[in-house]
Amino acid sequence: MNIVVCVKRVPDTETKIKIGPEGTKIDPTGVEFIISPFDEFAVEEAIRIKEKLGKGEITILSLGPSDAQTIMRKAYAMGADKGIHLNDPSECSDALAEAHALATALKEIPFDLVLFGKQAIDYDNGAVGVQVAKLLNIPIVTRIIKLDIADGKAVVERESDVGKEILEVKLPAAFTAEKGLNEPRYPKLMDIMKAKKKPLEEKPAQLGAPKISIVKMDYPPARPPGKIVGEGEEAVPALVNLLKNEAKVI
Amino acid sequence: MIFNSQRKELVMNFDFTEEQKSMMELGRDFAEKEILPTQEQDEKQHLFRKEIFKKMAELGFFGCIIPEKYGGNETGHLCAALLTEEIGRVSASWTLPFNMQMWGPAFTILHYGTEEQKEKYIPKLVSGELIGAFAITEPNSGSDVAGMGTTATETDDGFILNGQKMWISNAHVADVALVYAYTDKSKKHKGISCFLVELKNTPGIKTAPIETKLGLFCAPTGEIAFEDAKIPKSALLGQKGEGFKICMWQLNNTRLGCAARGVGIARGCHEAAIKYALERTQFGQPIAEFQMIQDQLATMYVEYEAARLLVLKAAYEKDQGNLNNTLSVSTAKYYASEAAVNASGIAMKIFGSYGYSSEYPVERFFRDAKSLQVVEGTSNIQKIIISRAILGK
Repeated sequence: MNIVVCVKRVPDTETKIKIGPEGTKIDPTGVEFIISPFDEFAVEEAIRIKEKLGKGEITILSLGPSDAQTIMRKAYAMGADKGIHLNDPSECSDALAEAHALATALKEIPFDLVLFGKQAIDYDNGAVGVQVAKLLNIPIVTRIIKLDIADGKAVVERESDVGKEILEVKLPAAFTAEKGLNEPRYPKLMDIMKAKKKPLEEKPAQLGAPKISIVKMDYPPARPPGKIVGEGEEAVPALVNLLKNEAKVI
Repeated sequence: MIFNSQRKELVMNFDFTEEQKSMMELGRDFAEKEILPTQEQDEKQHLFRKEIFKKMAELGFFGCIIPEKYGGNETGHLCAALLTEEIGRVSASWTLPFNMQMWGPAFTILHYGTEEQKEKYIPKLVSGELIGAFAITEPNSGSDVAGMGTTATETDDGFILNGQKMWISNAHVADVALVYAYTDKSKKHKGISCFLVELKNTPGIKTAPIETKLGLFCAPTGEIAFEDAKIPKSALLGQKGEGFKICMWQLNNTRLGCAARGVGIARGCHEAAIKYALERTQFGQPIAEFQMIQDQLATMYVEYEAARLLVLKAAYEKDQGNLNNTLSVSTAKYYASEAAVNASGIAMKIFGSYGYSSEYPVERFFRDAKSLQVVEGTSNIQKIIISRAILGK
């Protein structure tokens, strides 16, 4: 079983995002980068599949600037075997262009399974996984919460508003991981040390032509200060009116 | 002028490696996800939660300074100190196992033990299968180690222990302890020996918890009474009469753990104080805008940073093979302990009545920090060690 997990380097969830001087990118100064949390579920799932089957190889594929390698090492410490870094110093933010680069790389790697997080927590597009599957012409099921592999097939579960769907998919196939798929493990100290010895190949990313460009980034509007409507019973109608017509919560 | 960083004579590296950064991240994640969620409740119940201990062991936390051969991971004293800081930033109690498993028993056995003793105990201390302890202090002997009263009388096939040990971390939960006792009282400190004692399956040993303590509620403390407790000859660690030397050697390692705990507490306090000072509004502005609060925050930061560098230096020296670095270790232990106590005191002032409330973490830091001025050599003892070293005595 050859499993490829695509992981993306994203700003730590606790980072206070600052917009860079060009107005279309975030300012990376002082930002800590992590594996996108949904990608971590995908890495964990790959390791569990390998452990369950007792064989297989897990390849980490990451598109991003040079420090994407740091988060790839984290996936190594969790249990992945090797990886390919598709170097993209431009930090492309067009999903289709990125999908093109990942799909191009995947065409050269034998795989049975490709796993993604359901979305990266930076731009939250949730598009790349689906686009890669389309470019590779393989089936994809998004937002899975359970994955079982047997006899060249995968049985997966996903939740929707109306209930649970159980699907059977022929391999090779791609899946995107939803929270709840598993609980990612902590890397052991020994495995952190071993991670640096695992092979990591670097290639230039063959990005597709970008079709979307970010025109401008802006901060969300500052929260308006609280308002005291009045006191006692007399204030109730005014408060109800505001809750209804201004806040629109009742 | 721009220095060429390739010039070796100018290099003094303050950078952490990627691996060290990953380890710090691991420690931080672990503390926040595994310790913090149940901390308030556990503190109230004085609970030593075994599953936390087991998970720490599984991740290799107790194997940093232990060779792979004995189940360790050889990531070093520096890594262990960084992990201790990350855990201590959330919970001082949960830094104790680093000393009780690794810097104390396992590392001392590694240095002084026979191959048989090493194989028997070290892997199990690292894996958490055995809970460790070390027993020096007695009701009437603290700083004056050689004033201890516990004796080990040699017989044909072993030793018989009599006496009492007090304020022993893990006393009533430990499986195996380094126990220091006199084999020959007439030789004074050269008559002390060190023993590996299996506390749970040796007749004549009774342990009891001590619950009347100010802090460190999730770290068990207790007393051990030996009444004609018979232990085999193979329990002797090192040579007869070598106990005092082993004890001082051991303390020079476990004190590094204490110092790292102090750094963790100091950091926890200053992080909490900064957050609070930015949120709390008085006189129409966040209290962080007031110079007196700024002064307090700056003091906390400076002392934390200084303590941390002292700890990292002492740990680095050990990783370079200098295990007898008593001056560095005592300096770090003294300063980090005082910095932790000071930071928790300042944090309480900044928090005002919320600092006095058990709803916020700073009163716990305050209670936990005070232990550092007492344990494993009081602050006064550290100053004696430091002054002797600098005076060349």
